[in-house]
This record gives sequence, C-alpha cells and structure tokens, in this order.
Amino acid sequence: MPRLGMTVRELQERALFVRRDILALLARAQSGHSGGPLSSTDFGTVLFFHEMNVNPRRLDDPARDMWHFSIGHVTPVIYSLMGERGYFPLVDLLGFRQMQGHLQGHPSKHDTPGIEVSSGSLGQGLSVACGMALGSKMDGVERRVYCVMGDGEQQEGQIWEAAMFAAHYKLDNLCAVIDYNRKQIDGDVQDVMGIAPLADKWRGFNWNVIEADGHDIPALLQAFDSARTSRGKPSVILAHTVMGKGVSFMEDDYKWHGVPPSREQADQALREMGTSLEEWTARLERHTRAEVAPGAGAAS
Amino acid sequence: MSGVSPAAPSAPTMGIDLAKPEMKRTREGFGHGLMDLGQRRSDVVVLVGDLSGSTNVTFFAEKFPDRFIQVGVAEQNMMCVAAGLAAAGKIPFLATYGAFASCRSADQMRVTVAYTDLPVKIGGAHGGISVGPDGATHQAMEEIAIVRSIPNMKMIVPCDYWETRKATVAAADDPHPNYIRFGREPVPVVTGPESPFTLGKANLMREGSDLAIIACGVMVYEALVAARELESRGISARVLNMHTVKPLDHEAIARAARECGAIVTAEEHQVNGGLGGAVAESVVQAHPVPMELVAVHDRFGRSGKQDELMAAFGIKAPDIVRAADRALSRKRAR
Repeated sequence: MPRLGMTVRELQERALFVRRDILALLARAQSGHSGGPLSSTDFGTVLFFHEMNVNPRRLDDPARDMWHFSIGHVTPVIYSLMGERGYFPLVDLLGFRQMQGHLQGHPSKHDTPGIEVSSGSLGQGLSVACGMALGSKMDGVERRVYCVMGDGEQQEGQIWEAAMFAAHYKLDNLCAVIDYNRKQIDGDVQDVMGIAPLADKWRGFNWNVIEADGHDIPALLQAFDSARTSRGKPSVILAHTVMGKGVSFMEDDYKWHGVPPSREQADQALREMGTSLEEWTARLERHTRAEVAPGAGAAS
Repeated sequence: MSGVSPAAPSAPTMGIDLAKPEMKRTREGFGHGLMDLGQRRSDVVVLVGDLSGSTNVTFFAEKFPDRFIQVGVAEQNMMCVAAGLAAAGKIPFLATYGAFASCRSADQMRVTVAYTDLPVKIGGAHGGISVGPDGATHQAMEEIAIVRSIPNMKMIVPCDYWETRKATVAAADDPHPNYIRFGREPVPVVTGPESPFTLGKANLMREGSDLAIIACGVMVYEALVAARELESRGISARVLNMHTVKPLDHEAIARAARECGAIVTAEEHQVNGGLGGAVAESVVQAHPVPMELVAVHDRFGRSGKQDELMAAFGIKAPDIVRAADRALSRKRAR
C-alpha cells in the first residue's frame, strides 16, 4: 500500500493543521458548517495522508483509490484536507463559498478538480461508491473506494438500498466511514430519529463492521487496516466522534452543526490550538502554490 | 394552398402505409440498441431495477452477462450506482419505468448525475398514456418537464423502433447525461434503418407550408396521419419529428414559424412543461406565430386500451387536425 510514511505524531500534527484551516476558512466565509468538519478531521487525515493511494498531480491516475463524501456539507474539512495534501494552494481556502472562488458550498466536480462526483443531497453517496467499487472490480482494477457518511444521514432510505447492494455484490474493495458524532442539525440523533443499534443494522446487512474511536489516530490506522483485509464483504467503520472536536465551546453541541464561528470565536478557537486567526490566515495567504504533502515522494 | 414542396423529407415516410403501418415496440429498439452497443463498446454496462423483461434489457443480459447489473427494486440506488460506474469509466445505461426514473430518482438524477455531468444514460420505459391498463401510477407523463428543466440533461423522445435503437446508440457517444423515453405497446414504424438521426436535430418527416406540426414520440405518426387528412382538404402541413426535446432544434422551429406561420405541437405528455411548452418558449423569442398544443391537459391517466386512452385524452390525429384548424383560423385573423 502506498504510504506517505508519516508517523502517528505527524498525522496528529497534520490533523491539527486541518482543524486550523477549517476555522480560518469558516471565519473568512462567515458561512458553512463547523461541527461535522471538526468531527471528521482525524479519520479524514488518516484517509488522505496514510490510507488512500491518491496523487494530486495525477487526478486521472487509473490506479488511484477513489473517495467520495456523501456528507457534502463537510466541505470545510474536505477542502482543508485537499489543500494540505496538495490538490490546490492553501490560499484558495479563503475563497470558500465565494463567487470568485472555486470552492463551492458543497463539493462540485467541475469547480474543484479532484472531486470525483458532486454531492450535497444526503443519502446518495454510498450508492455512488458502490458504482465506483463495482466498476473497478469489473475492470479488474486493484482499487479501494472510500465513502464518508454522517450518522444523521443514516436516516435516508437510500443508504440501506446501497448497503444491500454492496453486500450482494460482495464489494470488499469498498470501505465506508460513518462520522458517528451523535448530533444532527435539529438536535441529538437519538431524539430526532433514532438510528441505534447502528452496528447491528450494518451487521444485519452483511457488512464487516468495525468500531473505533474516531479521534484516536492509532485506533483509526488499525481500523482501516482491518477493513482492507476483509474478503467478500464491504466494510464500514463506525468512527465514534465528537461534534466540533478540538474547540472547547463547540464540542458536543448540535447548534454548531451548520453555522460558522464569528471572527472572534474563530480567533479564540485558534488560540486554543496554539495559533491565532491572524497568524493562521497569513499562513494560508502565503501558500499560493499547491504543494504535495511532505513525504509524498515516498508513495509507491 | 400550396401543394407538395420541392424539399425532400429527411426521413423515408413516402413508402409508409399510414393506414396499415408496420407495428413495432420502441422498447425493443432500446433492447436492440443496447445489443448493438454491447458489441461495439466494451465500456457499456446495463443496470436494471427488477424490470429486465419489460424494458427489454434481457437481450443484453443474455449476451453480455458480465456487464449486466441487477439492482433490484431500488431506483434511487440505481441512479447513483450508475453515476459511480460512470465516474469509474463506464457508460452505464439504466432501465426502469419512466414514471420511476423521472420522479422517484429525480433528486439523484439532478444532483449526482446531472450536476456532476456524468454520462449516465437513463432508459425510461413505458412512457406516456399508451402504457394502457396499468393506469395513472405507471403512465409517465411528466418526464419531459422534469428532465428538460435540469441543466446538462438531454431529453430524447424517439418516434418508433428504429429511432429508439439509433437514439440508444447515439446516447452512448454523448459524454453527457441523457434520458431516452420509450413505450410499451407496439407503435407504427415511420422511419427506417437508413433514416438520419442526429441528437438535437429535428427530422423533417413531411414538407409543408401552411402550418407545421411539431411532434415527438408516437405522436409523430399521429401528426403524419393528421397531415394527410389536412392535405385532402388542400392544407399543406409540415411535420417535424422533434425527437430531441432538449437541446431543442431552435433553427428548425424558427424556420417552421417563419415559413408556415402557424404551429401545432403534439406529445403524449402533460401540457405543462412538455414539448409544446419548449417549442412555445422558442417561438415567442424567435418568431411569434399562433400555436396550439395537443397534449394531456393537466390530468392523471387511467386504465384502458392504448387507442381508447389516446382518444379519451385528446391526443389522436383528429385532435391534431382540430388544433390545426384553430391555429390556421388564428393565423388568418392576424
């Protein structure tokens, strides 16, 4: 498997950078989602900087792994991961959700090279990933397909159509990750529309179910390793996370699902993370050329 | 009134016995088109939602089982699986009833397929009221309105077996999403294997100068029958086969408006947002002339036989003739 050769410590540091990016871009846009992007940051970092064979310099590489965020609203983390991984210059993050930028509120293939399929209407992404995985198998391509879903999204019926399909076609090259932060836009998932017992549901649909602490990098590395060894069954990682992770006043509060921090709040959050809004924005502004992540040359 | 125009029709309608036409199913054209493609292109795959027999994808399934994907009764999933296959380099054709393809999975078609602009080919079977006995739930009559309002989508409504077969093959070569609408019952064959077919280009089925009938799908035949009836009364009616409703052949429409001065549209579809609406949008902007719209007027279908239903819903040749008379009297009053 291709690796950037990053240590756990380096991955943790990269995740911290991604969280800082998320806050800085939300502070600039004054629009967008905070909670889910911050809960998805750690497994997102493991995906982009360890697990997936992707090459931002060669987006159409026929051997590339494919990834798809069914939760299109977590663009702050998607774009931050892409920027840090070298898909585009980090300064672009400051154009998030703006007319002159190329970073739409929800992922758009034709605006942002590297996005495989546009998304934003919940419930559709796992089906898309099924198509990618099946098509790859039909062609005999050794590719893995990764799909990130939300826990509130599990309320969409189409998810279960896709769950049935993936197991029926034994798509063991497919790995889904659920950002299980237990919050959705209207409140606690269990109050809005309960999804428990979630692991049992997926087991019942004949999936290989893996549960992990979604903020513990070594645990996540192990979860993805375990998913990769599954034969004859698709895998789903229930990543137990905390909405708004890393920002004291956002953690575990559903009200942060769909709103950005004010500039003052973002500055406070960034200070909790060892920098400031001014300092981190300046870092993004300096970054005017895409740089493939450090160690990328070691990928093979 | 003028007689036969010197311009030759682009489709060989002259040899067709309108009173006793050969009858063939358009869905068979879809099935055979997929067979043609299966041989020609290894990247074509076919998905079906538990309707293999009635959409005629069984032909492909038997010949190319490795490229056939049964999805079960899950149209929303099917639309997005097709999108994923397209993203992985395939040219996926999916088949289900048009009522489901256009409505049940409309969001999936809009967001995942069309917004991403993936070459997903949607086969909407059992289009229109001519489905017959199944009744309103299965009679797709909103497809044109829905599909043509979505950016990047093309909407194709072929008129007969041969055209459906050609449209299916042509769709595979188009790098964008397409929707092909076809029907259940046998319908008159009005084109041949050699008739031209170009996406987005209307076929002139019959030259005429007093008014133009612009039709799609099975209504092309009805338009030809109406034109013959009008001819017997000394009225020269042009018949345009608008097999591609989007992108619309604005040039052919403008020419028809300019040269004929009156237009009747004919479709087996709701009047709201259908072919008639599309043509009207074009006509009012280019060259306004009196127009009459033959279509289903804002009501659900019902069970019955194909012919009974078409008559009951006012979309047979005599309805087109009456609409032509209305359009012509408005033209004369101008």
